[in-house]
Amino acid sequence: MNVKVKYFALFREQAGVESELIDWSGGTAAELFQQMAREHAALMPQAAALVAVNDEMTGWETPLSEGDEILFFPPVAGG
Amino acid sequence: MKFSVSDVAIDPVAARKSVADNSCGALVVFEGWIRDHNEGQAVERLEYEVYRPLAEKEGLVIINEAVEKYGISNAMCIHREGLLELSDIAVIVCVSSAHRGEAFSACRYIIDEVKSRLPIWKKEHYVSGISEWVNCEHCAAAGHSHEH
Repeated sequence: MNVKVKYFALFREQAGVESELIDWSGGTAAELFQQMAREHAALMPQAAALVAVNDEMTGWETPLSEGDEILFFPPVAGG
Repeated sequence: MKFSVSDVAIDPVAARKSVADNSCGALVVFEGWIRDHNEGQAVERLEYEVYRPLAEKEGLVIINEAVEKYGISNAMCIHREGLLELSDIAVIVCVSSAHRGEAFSACRYIIDEVKSRLPIWKKEHYVSGISEWVNCEHCAAAGHSHEH
């Protein structure tokens, strides 16, 4: 399946890209992050990071679907 | 808008007026300012990155939660994005209510939730010339190690 991954803040700098299209065998958001971490060795661990799918905050165990847009958020720091 | 993200300076007087209400005897305001130091480093300026579509949606959820939880009359919050200088207002929360107790509690709730839930990141630019993304308290609580 094809999905779009977007990186923010520290993740964007570590991945070296803002977004990318991934042709992937399918699975959960956590599994996609693990694959991306293998491709971008600098990505910090998933712990304390957040994930959103199609502009909705969700859990890491969410199964992904064709065409989904996955947003990887490093630990937030507003205020 | 009860919650908004702004790329221009926050006007605290206008923010206060937006929660004015004759039925209220209390106004509590929190302003988060850009300070000149963090974790032993001298800070020169600070940069906020905000993912607006989700920050604005979730920010409104937080305001509504505070109204429901504490029974306050009015609440609002504005968060800055972009490059900020020392003493600039990074975030403002205004809460008005009949009495002060619930206004203090709701104001605290809103700023705490905004800091931990919204997709907002800050990069500190130090006097030394180095820049770093700042990680949140939850990150530290999770035992994640970082460079600070």
